[in-house]
Amino acid sequence: MGKVSKSPWLLHYDASSCNGCDIEVLDCLTPKYDIERFGIINTGDPFQADILLITGGVNSQTERVVKQLYSQMPEPKVVVAVGICACTGGVFKECYNIRGGIDTVIPVDVYVPGCAARPEAIIDGVVKALAVLDEKQAVMKTPEEKER
Amino acid sequence: MIPFLIGIPAVLAVVFQIVRNEKIRGYIVYAGAGAIMAMTVVFIADWIGGGAKTWMFYPRTETIDHLMTAGDIFLMCLIVWLSVRYKRVLPMILSILQTVLVLYVEFTAEVTEGPHMMVDWLTILMCIIIAFIGGFICIYTVGYMKGYHQHHKDVKDRQPFFFSMLFLFLAAMFGLVLSQNLIWIYFFWEITSVISFLMIGYTRAEEAVGNSFCALWMNLLGGLGFAIAIVLMALGQESLQLTEVVSTGALLPLMCLSLAGLTKSAQLPFSTWLLGAMVAPTPSSALLHSATMVKAGVYLLIRISPALSGNLVGLIVSSIGGLTFIMASMMAIAQNDAKKVLAFSTISNLGLIVACSGIGVEETVWAAIFLMMFHAVSKSMLFQSVGATENTLGSRDIEDMHGLIIRVPRLAYIMGIGIAGMYLAPFGMLISKWVALKAFVDSGNVVLVLCIAYGSATTMFYWTKWLSKLLCRHIPRDTVKDVTRKDEYLSMLFHACVMLLMCLLLPLVARWLVNPIVRQLFGNSKDVLSMSVLATMAIMLVSIFVVPVAMFFISRRSHTELVPIYMNGINEGDNRFFTNSYGEKEHLYLSNWYLRFEFGRRHLRIPSIIIAAAVLVIGICLVIGGVSW
Amino acid sequence: MVKVIFVLAYLIFAPFVGALLDGVDRIISARMQRRKGPKLLQPFYDLGKLFSKERIGVNNVQLFLNMSYLVILMIAGSMLFAGADLLMVLFILSTADMFLIMAASSDSSPYSNMGSSREMLQMMAYEPLTLLVAVGFYLTTGSFLVSDIIREDISAVLWMPGLLAGFMFTTAIKFRKSPFDLSTSHHAHQEMVKGLTTEMSGTTLAIMNIAEYYEMVLLLGIFFLFFVNSTWWSWIVALLLCAVIFFLETLWDNVSARVKWKTLLYSCWVVTLVAGGVNILILMLDK
Repeated sequence: MGKVSKSPWLLHYDASSCNGCDIEVLDCLTPKYDIERFGIINTGDPFQADILLITGGVNSQTERVVKQLYSQMPEPKVVVAVGICACTGGVFKECYNIRGGIDTVIPVDVYVPGCAARPEAIIDGVVKALAVLDEKQAVMKTPEEKER
Repeated sequence: MIPFLIGIPAVLAVVFQIVRNEKIRGYIVYAGAGAIMAMTVVFIADWIGGGAKTWMFYPRTETIDHLMTAGDIFLMCLIVWLSVRYKRVLPMILSILQTVLVLYVEFTAEVTEGPHMMVDWLTILMCIIIAFIGGFICIYTVGYMKGYHQHHKDVKDRQPFFFSMLFLFLAAMFGLVLSQNLIWIYFFWEITSVISFLMIGYTRAEEAVGNSFCALWMNLLGGLGFAIAIVLMALGQESLQLTEVVSTGALLPLMCLSLAGLTKSAQLPFSTWLLGAMVAPTPSSALLHSATMVKAGVYLLIRISPALSGNLVGLIVSSIGGLTFIMASMMAIAQNDAKKVLAFSTISNLGLIVACSGIGVEETVWAAIFLMMFHAVSKSMLFQSVGATENTLGSRDIEDMHGLIIRVPRLAYIMGIGIAGMYLAPFGMLISKWVALKAFVDSGNVVLVLCIAYGSATTMFYWTKWLSKLLCRHIPRDTVKDVTRKDEYLSMLFHACVMLLMCLLLPLVARWLVNPIVRQLFGNSKDVLSMSVLATMAIMLVSIFVVPVAMFFISRRSHTELVPIYMNGINEGDNRFFTNSYGEKEHLYLSNWYLRFEFGRRHLRIPSIIIAAAVLVIGICLVIGGVSW
Repeated sequence: MVKVIFVLAYLIFAPFVGALLDGVDRIISARMQRRKGPKLLQPFYDLGKLFSKERIGVNNVQLFLNMSYLVILMIAGSMLFAGADLLMVLFILSTADMFLIMAASSDSSPYSNMGSSREMLQMMAYEPLTLLVAVGFYLTTGSFLVSDIIREDISAVLWMPGLLAGFMFTTAIKFRKSPFDLSTSHHAHQEMVKGLTTEMSGTTLAIMNIAEYYEMVLLLGIFFLFFVNSTWWSWIVALLLCAVIFFLETLWDNVSARVKWKTLLYSCWVVTLVAGGVNILILMLDK
């Protein structure tokens, strides 16, 4: 395991979720699921986060915010879309204000479907994201990347 | 030599009334300030060349005595006339009362003649402060007053008057610190009170006049104390020598002189006048109300401090000083007017000095002298930079100084050095605090120990929040043009250099200047802080400077990707705006904490004045009642 | 020679000890909440990750101010472990904190500015007691020098239990423990985001964390002074008692909620006055 995947810190953002998935995300912190065993901390601060966890589809108001939060996170970083709305827009897809899934705004690395996504699924998604994180860090260290 | 020290500024004061051309006046100020400084250097060289012994001068001076009597009467007439004109009763009564008392002594009492002037190390230190800090403040004034009158169009331009008052004040201060006869000191003391009164009323606005009379009656109350001390000494001891006051150690004259010192240095319950004095143009605040005149009060207390050790008067003085230290520093937290903060901080630091001299042992006096030096330099620097900032920004609100480091970097650096000098670790003020704390513990005064512990915490709070306001980087809302003139920068740079040098050369200053003063006051010498400790301090100081600089260059080598600050992802473009809940652009505004409801003047002022007044009144009653301690 | 070894040991091992203690603290906290908690070495992993991240920041000065904070803290700690003047150590400690405040308020960021304001308030809250602790040592042992304090025949704590209690109370501020973790804390989801560390990322944050570890060891060193005396076994007892104190701080962290600033300020000042002031008064009357 690489350096990043041993201590992944999360930033959780609710783009326009119905709060179902958000409650499940917070569930992961409870004693039953205890994601701190993996060294995961829910920081709430993009400057310190490695994983951006987004619930809900992007609407016209949150689009800017998602972009900005993403830009404030240092590389390497991954994005996990939690819940079907975040993945595709879900039942709100056709709404006048919804752009669609998160990937319409920023690149998404891991999709966790479900309505609401279950804590186990979220943890699985995050663990999968760790692998991507390691990959990204390996790429960062290669010389071509440095030149770029 | 001494007639020149007092004479040159006095003559210049007259010259400014005659010369009305602004440019020529500027040259005269430079020449005059230079002459005063040169004179002081020659004087000190002469004195040190003569073996640095205590010199006594002028045993017989009948003509001058008569002149001074005339001067006293003139001052009384001036005060009476102005009091009648502005319909104030209190200053009139106080002034007449004290002048009558002094005249009574002069014409009736039989006193043994003695020297009227004295030069020793403490005098020399005061002369250096007056000549150099005072001189450079005069130079600063040349540039400042131009900006001031551009900025305040409604105020009548009375610059000739202002300059002559400044120089007359310097003359009076020289006279005050060189004198040794009580009547002479009293004469110069009264002059400084009156000049301060005239300076505060410079703008002749209603508020200024009110505040100036407040300052006048409080200072005159101190003057009355002085006059009573003169009467008591003349009748009781048949001597008017300051040294006699110390050596006989009679409590009542000591108490009266202490009262004079407390009012002059704006201790509680008399601190109101110094706050009111902030309406005056900044140079007078820098010179009179922080660097020199209020120092006359603590100068007198330091002079008599060997007699205060362990008696009731000393206890009263040190209690009032300690109380003032903590109360003023708490009230400073709630102020957002920079000059008010400086005023409270002056009161509070003077409180510490007063507390030190009230304890009256070698260590505390050592600390008091150091505090006095550092305070004079850094406070005068701070006042000047606040004045310059006010001319540039059009405001002296600390809130408006947000990001001064970007907008007017040079002023921000100077202000930063001044603030750092007031409270940061290896700088001078802190060493003195350290010694004072140790001496308070040794003297077994638990209340003072608590005062200093809490007081330094509150002091730290108000300075830190100011400093962080200055250094807050942001994109300025509007560009400002730095209108600070060269004269002002010259003076401020001088102060900054002196400040840094004093910190670096601390061991030398201690050995060559402060230790001799303590030795002369107490008759014996004791190393208050060992040289190794002082040397460690100097090394620490260097490291505090070197570390950030080194770190700056190390951190420069790595590249940082700059991103906008975190505002929940709703920044509008740059860091200045965010989207509010209506979806509109809104300007970001950051404010300091002022804790007005906890530390505001309206809550603390009355109780602290009542407590201090109670201590003072009960103390005076006990002294009069002759309670032995 | 011994002094040099102590200083070197402090400079080299303090971050490791601090990080280990942090790891232990996180595990104990987790167990108190019936969780498993992270691995013991988690703080090291965190540091490693932070150093490997891309360098972003809101300005160029924050990093160097944080580095100054670290170095000056190291100086303060070295002085303590070299047996220098305790009062001096405390003064330099507050100067170091000043750099942290400057770093946090070096940009007009709302959250970190709020954090730095609260940090100043916290300093105002704990400062009186730290000074009184130094005074207490001076009254008990007759010297401000750490090297003299550790050579006393009787442990200082017997003379200054009030000061110890007060110091334990206020040290929660320095350890950034609840209920006094106003300016920033290790816990997530707070009204201040991350308070004064909001804009610190990657290396900058790692440096700040290392500095906090140095500070933690320094503070435990002061606790150590309370218990140590001239006998050799007192060193072991003192170390054990320091561990107990650390545990108590963790316990307190977990059983209390964050307070408002007024409660923080007033409670600290009252505790200082009652526990510290009375203790000093007794010492002055008795010694």
